[in-house]
Amino acid sequence: MENTSSVHPDHCDDNSTQELMIEGAGCASCVGKIEGALKSVAGVSDAQMNFAERLVSVTGSAPIEVLIKAVEQAGYNAKGTSGISEDDLIDEKETADLAYYKRLMREMTIALVLGVPLMAYSLVVGEMSVTSPTEQGVWFIVGLLTAGVMYFSGKHFYVGAWKSFWNHSANMDTLIALGTGTAWLYSMVVVFVPSVVPDMARHVYFEATAMIIGLINLGLALELKARGRTSLAIKRLIGLQAKTARVIRDGEEVDISIDQVLLGDQVRIRPGEKIPVDGLVIDGHSAVDESMLTGEPMPVEKQEGDEIVAGTLNKTGSIIFKATRVGKDTALAQIINMVKRAQNSKPPIGRLADVISAYFVPVVMIISVVSALVWLNFGPEPAVAFAIVSATTVLIIACPCALGLATPMSVMVGVGKAAEAGVLIRNGEALQTTSKISAMILDKTGTITLGSPKVTNIHLVNADDEARVLQLAASLEAGSEHPLAMSIVESAKERGLDSSPVEKFKAIAGYGVEGLVEAQLLLFGNEKFMRERNIDIEHSVSIAQKFASEAQTPMYFAVDGSLAAIIAVADPIKEDSIAAIQRLQHNGIRVVMLTGDNRATAKAVADKVGINEFFAEVLPEDKSNKVAELQMQGEIVGMTGDGINDAPALALANVGFAIGTGTDVAIESADVTLMRGSLHGLADAIAVSKATLRNIKQNLFGAFIYNVAGIPFAAGVLYPFFGLLLSPVIAGAAMAFSSVTVVTNANRLRLFKAQEH
Amino acid sequence: MMIINALGIVLIAGIVWWFWLYKPAQTSAKPGELLVTVENGVYQPARLTLPADQATSVKFLRKEASPCAGTVVFADLNISEELPLDREISIQLPALKPGRYSFTCQMQMYRGELIVSE
Repeated sequence: MENTSSVHPDHCDDNSTQELMIEGAGCASCVGKIEGALKSVAGVSDAQMNFAERLVSVTGSAPIEVLIKAVEQAGYNAKGTSGISEDDLIDEKETADLAYYKRLMREMTIALVLGVPLMAYSLVVGEMSVTSPTEQGVWFIVGLLTAGVMYFSGKHFYVGAWKSFWNHSANMDTLIALGTGTAWLYSMVVVFVPSVVPDMARHVYFEATAMIIGLINLGLALELKARGRTSLAIKRLIGLQAKTARVIRDGEEVDISIDQVLLGDQVRIRPGEKIPVDGLVIDGHSAVDESMLTGEPMPVEKQEGDEIVAGTLNKTGSIIFKATRVGKDTALAQIINMVKRAQNSKPPIGRLADVISAYFVPVVMIISVVSALVWLNFGPEPAVAFAIVSATTVLIIACPCALGLATPMSVMVGVGKAAEAGVLIRNGEALQTTSKISAMILDKTGTITLGSPKVTNIHLVNADDEARVLQLAASLEAGSEHPLAMSIVESAKERGLDSSPVEKFKAIAGYGVEGLVEAQLLLFGNEKFMRERNIDIEHSVSIAQKFASEAQTPMYFAVDGSLAAIIAVADPIKEDSIAAIQRLQHNGIRVVMLTGDNRATAKAVADKVGINEFFAEVLPEDKSNKVAELQMQGEIVGMTGDGINDAPALALANVGFAIGTGTDVAIESADVTLMRGSLHGLADAIAVSKATLRNIKQNLFGAFIYNVAGIPFAAGVLYPFFGLLLSPVIAGAAMAFSSVTVVTNANRLRLFKAQEH
Repeated sequence: MMIINALGIVLIAGIVWWFWLYKPAQTSAKPGELLVTVENGVYQPARLTLPADQATSVKFLRKEASPCAGTVVFADLNISEELPLDREISIQLPALKPGRYSFTCQMQMYRGELIVSE
């Protein structure tokens, strides 16, 4: 058999028709431009556009990539329509799996219809021997029937073994084909020319061949069923996708497939409907249930300007939104993609099993030959029969599949289970490291707290108008993106204060900001900043300290070289942060808080949430140093941040957790993404990863022990001591059910429940 | 008995040579034109030669219903892809340094190799 490549043409037949969906075609005059652009492509004989559906049908031999490029050059976007939806792929897979299951069960039945009576007969009469010409005739017919079973029920093993052999590889088919083939061939030799084997060894093993084929087909069928259950989580995610969307085009509402929704389309959603694509609400308001993606049980209020995401459920009102992400770009599609990738990736713990699997089958073949030789040289009579039985049993009992399945099946279920809880794990390596985390660094703002600070106190020093102070401070901070600055601006807006333009604005990281407003030099920042600029704050430090001890962040505001006020801002602690931190601590994890805030505020917040260790006044660029510091102490460090200015620290940590609010998450930014804001997601992630790793270890241990104990037993090492030699039929049953056991154990993970919140 | 023992040893040597030592022929084709068929327990072709430092794609067509054939894993490249039955799937490979990169099914029973050379 030649190991040849096949060349697949990447262009179409001369008269094939392809469909493109066009984006950005807003008027009927675009039609001529798009058709013209496509017709000018070499190999295109015709292009017809249906403007209402934004579809263009192209006849000719040009590849789709060239057609898309031509449309893009004409100023529009295009995509092919030949893709198949995830939903359809799942349906296809289920249909194919069901057909395969039925085939395996049919093959199993055929094999056992012959195997079971033969097995029963052998149990009654003992060894099935050939001692007379009549018996020769009877066993010849049985041998032919067994050959029929091998053909109808076991053909796939033999063809697979043959093809693998010529490909210089060996797999489970090789072992089964060799084992059953050896038993059948030996039996036929005994039937045809009994004289070539000693009297005592004239036994036939047709029942073993038929039973092994039947049992292994049964094992494969059960494994297929169990495997189906391992992917339930991803099926559930895919099932969240709506099939149709009601879009408003040319003033009319039309129901179209979600594949045909274009960027910028206006989509109407009625109560009780699923959101089909991501978008921005432009009219109406409603409560949207996002629990299926975030695990957050409370519906979220949505109104004009709010983002909504595909797969979530509109509860109460009717809304119209503008599509901002469609097709593969929606958050749901990205989540599905990430979960699928993670489910198929392997944690390092599985690598040893992979190495063993790669050498496993040839090694078993060698052990089988050695075993036969040992029996022939040193075994009791009938040595030939013992040699055949032991060689066959060694081949049949060995199960590379249990080893190979041990890790991926558990990862499949574990990653899916995590996704159901709103925890997206990037890959198997992240899963394994998460299970080992010994210290967790939590960024204070946006992680422990809500991340939306509010002005709580304005203590006037050398000023007498609170509104004026706030108006000047807000004017200075208008250009800043710091969360504290935004709280000042927000507070001024709430009081209806207009801001004035700022000049010479300068932000000094870790200190504060300065600028000119209405010809006054304004400074706004922390104590260090004021001291550096020689502002007299001596009489006000105690006030600031009092605010800090109450978990408020005090900031000094100076006008023209004189301290005008201390403005205190507080960021409320998330409702469940305390409980989640306790969960982490109960699980033996050292929890450390990190913040740019002053020490007193940090201490007050840490005390409130029950954290003993914290790093205060940490500049953004120093966050990663703190991660390194804990790593130097031998900790496996998890770092949790909102992903905005934590990127280096998240990257340096053994596991970086990005904490999202709602579904506005940067999926690609961290090892683990928590889709809801709650810190319980951290504890859930660690719990599910520990459970998965435990499950993998159980599987690997079981598979190793099974093979390490089973193979010598099959070879007959116990025979000299206890007279025990395993029957090939029992070996076949053990082998068939070892991989089913692995998959079933992985499925136990589906019952995993994170600790009650 | 001597003959049987000698045959046994030859058989063991044969297994070692055939499965581990023998270097089978490699297959090369223009990037983007490779189609690997997954059928009867093997990848066909199983050894593909690709140019170094050039991103490319390889198409897979699974013709076998066994779930073992359902996923192809490029462990060194951190790529794994599900292969639907009777449907071509194109897998994008990044630009690779010269070397050998294996691809397997999840259980390492189906095995293939990318041979990347200058």
